[in-house]
Amino acid sequence: MIELDEITREFLLESNEGLDQLDRDLVALEQSPKDQELLARIFRCIHTIKGTCGFLGLGKLESVSHVGESLLSLLRDGVRGLTPDRTSALLQLVDAVRQMLVSIETTGKEGDVDYSALVAKLTRLQEDDAVSAVPNPAAPKAELAEADPDQEPHPKKMGDHLVERGLVTPDDVRKAADQQSAGDPRHIGEILVEQAHVPPQAITEVLEAQTVEGARGPASVADGSIRVDVGLLDKLMNLVGELVLARNQILQHLVSNSDSTLGATSQRLNLITTELQEGVMKTRMQPIGNIWSKFPRVVRDLATACNKQIRIEMEGKDTELDKTIIEAIKDPLTHIVRNSADHGIEPPAVRVACGKPAEGRIYMRAFHEGGQVNIEISDDGGGIDPAKLKDKAVAKGLLTAEQAGRLNDREALNLVFAPGFSMAERITNVSGRGVGMDVVRTNIERIGGTVDISSVKGHGTTLRIRIPLTLAIIPGLVVTSHGDRYAIPQVSLLELVRLEGDEVQRGIEVVYGAPVYRLRGKLLPVVVLNQALGFTTERWKHEAGDAVDVVVLQADGTQFGLVVDEINDTEEIVVKPLAKQLKGISAFAGATIMGDGKVALILDVSGLAEQAGVLASKSERSKAEAAAETADAIGDRQTLLLFRVGRDHRLAVPLSAIARLEEFPVGSVESAGLQRVVQYRGDIMPLVRLDELLEGVTPAEHPSDPLQVVVYASNGRSIGLVVEQITDIVDQQLIIERRSRSRGLAGSAIIQDKVTDILDIGAIVTLAGIHDNADSALVGAGAEA
Amino acid sequence: MANQFCTFFVDGLYFGVEVRQVQEVIRALDMTQVPLAHNAVKGLINLRGQIVTAIDLRTRLGLAPRPDGSEPMNVVVRTDDGAISLLVDEIGDVIETSDDTYERSPETLPVSAKDMIRGVYKLPNRLLLVLDNARATNLEMTVPK
Repeated sequence: MIELDEITREFLLESNEGLDQLDRDLVALEQSPKDQELLARIFRCIHTIKGTCGFLGLGKLESVSHVGESLLSLLRDGVRGLTPDRTSALLQLVDAVRQMLVSIETTGKEGDVDYSALVAKLTRLQEDDAVSAVPNPAAPKAELAEADPDQEPHPKKMGDHLVERGLVTPDDVRKAADQQSAGDPRHIGEILVEQAHVPPQAITEVLEAQTVEGARGPASVADGSIRVDVGLLDKLMNLVGELVLARNQILQHLVSNSDSTLGATSQRLNLITTELQEGVMKTRMQPIGNIWSKFPRVVRDLATACNKQIRIEMEGKDTELDKTIIEAIKDPLTHIVRNSADHGIEPPAVRVACGKPAEGRIYMRAFHEGGQVNIEISDDGGGIDPAKLKDKAVAKGLLTAEQAGRLNDREALNLVFAPGFSMAERITNVSGRGVGMDVVRTNIERIGGTVDISSVKGHGTTLRIRIPLTLAIIPGLVVTSHGDRYAIPQVSLLELVRLEGDEVQRGIEVVYGAPVYRLRGKLLPVVVLNQALGFTTERWKHEAGDAVDVVVLQADGTQFGLVVDEINDTEEIVVKPLAKQLKGISAFAGATIMGDGKVALILDVSGLAEQAGVLASKSERSKAEAAAETADAIGDRQTLLLFRVGRDHRLAVPLSAIARLEEFPVGSVESAGLQRVVQYRGDIMPLVRLDELLEGVTPAEHPSDPLQVVVYASNGRSIGLVVEQITDIVDQQLIIERRSRSRGLAGSAIIQDKVTDILDIGAIVTLAGIHDNADSALVGAGAEA
Repeated sequence: MANQFCTFFVDGLYFGVEVRQVQEVIRALDMTQVPLAHNAVKGLINLRGQIVTAIDLRTRLGLAPRPDGSEPMNVVVRTDDGAISLLVDEIGDVIETSDDTYERSPETLPVSAKDMIRGVYKLPNRLLLVLDNARATNLEMTVPK
């Protein structure tokens, strides 16, 4: 029974491999229908499957592959030509076989699916343009037997070699051979030496040549490689991980030990472990071509389904990646390719009208760069129209029209990654369900990769993916927080900064309780690890004289500084998953065992950033981007009004956004409902105290008298923003460096060498509960007054 | 039919876990705390290269915190999600019980513990509370403090 299982498993493995190749070959065959070698290979594959099925008693599978084989034999013999119909039917055959194999693998049986329609179709296709012979079921086998010697030529015989060298005539060889068959036990060489006076030296040379030839033969290739269960490789990988940890522990002990023998042995252990680690890693490496190989088929099917002509080209198929990563990018890549084929490439008529060749092209490229793998997928289709994207986003309610208007093209393109976003005009079975690109990005980011999109309208779209080579063992930076060590994956690390003495005061400024750091003139939000991990509630606390270590990190394209208690060292860490009790904590990516045997948690940089509010969470990201865009859109010089609210908070607002500056005596403030109002130009104007409204501002004890009011007008209504003091009006370029997470603020900028927050008046109005068009609340209040 | 239980004490209460579910019992190990985790998670331990989450049964069962200075013991149990260590005060014997002394847990148990105690064996001199491992190690059921 076990014996049979073994055989079946082997059969499944081999057949599956064969089927993958078959997919590729069939699509390739369409391009060059006359390629005999391809045909022979396809034929052989199906034939092998059929043969083995019979042997294993898998009748259904055998009967299906049999009809396929018959059709293939006709194709191979040139009796029938390859038509798209036939290719499709053959591909369906491949699918059917695959389906049955899956069923055999899971249930041990062939399954109950009825393939008679497919069988009928394949049979019909054999006869469709029938001119002469009805296929003879016996024929294929006979032909195969004939075909085989051509496929695997026997090594040249001794006689042939000698004839080639001009030492004997073919006649001599024939005579010697006759003598052999007549009963001479000697080798043909020996007979020739005697009869045709060939020098023994020559025979030896030929024998050597034959050995070399034999070594190059196919048999030895098979001998040089074996199949290994992936589970076993995973186990090996884990063991090597353990070994690396044990090695690290020994090396750490070595520092406090002066035994020279131990030292030398440990050094050797170190070298061997490193080599072993590399070796085992290599066994897990697979060429990306393994997953790419199915794309020609995918694209072909799609092209047929959408009546398009698409050619797929690949470069760098042998770029290698860890198996786990290959698995992880399989679906995202498929999705991208489908997208390109489905709504990237235009129908032929449209392409020709645009002056492009009717056949579209999808180009995939993979290459190593800087310890990472880059994958590019580009198409020469219609590209993405940023304006259309924006409209769609507005229609879907992801953005307001105003926000959309501020997006530049690049940012608009990134909208395709927004959750729930779909560009498809209609939902096809191929794409357009609006979960796609969001999931693509999530999956790629989960394995520590990034994805970027660029597109030129009318010329095509390119997606660039960058992913790490392997996940299991990664270099990490070890830091200390609250007495415990934490590892930070090196990929997220940009630089380390140590601030000493009064550098701290100058470097780190606090805006609304949130610390920010100026790194070469750029503002970085600062997260204190102790606070992020809940050891303290203070967002920033610093004892004069203490040095501060800042780890500058990057997550999802945002940079931020992480203040840690201590920076220890870099170390190779083996990532181990956390138990499910801890899975929900976004700040941790896993755990590892340190050199001293203690466990350390691995920080998840993007999770940490998100938790600390450095990153806008997914749904808010596009809005935040829009807000940041305010800065770019008005990146030219502009006039800003500077003012102070509360005790000492500096704020600025573009002068163009406000209507007037006014002063009102405190006594003129009346109230309407819950709203403080003043009479202004014969109207009732609600007043909003910014120091009470904004988070983190210490309200002034007594508002200044008279009240300093910034009047904002919109839709014919005015709103007064009460500030402490108007300080200045400056004319400068406004670059918002840091998006704000505080409500009512667009971000911060450096104005007059000081960090200043930029007020987002639109948000303030919403925040204060006053709506531009909210007739109910305002008008109601007015009537009462 | 007799059942074998690995027994231990938590805050004076006598608990048992089916012997087949117990991987091993070990002394207190160095522990790495996990910030932001459920308050019953006391930390991570390195069990011969395997990282195991330790859950304090005192906290988990809503009992008084362990007095300072007393070292807990690790009862490592197998769960569907790998090994989990239960921190207990003291280890008892492995005992055999018979089904006729078994009863469902009393209705008067506090809600915080009721879910995690499957039943009670009435031993001659005391009660043995049977811990439901799956529930005790499933922290999603309760909201962390």
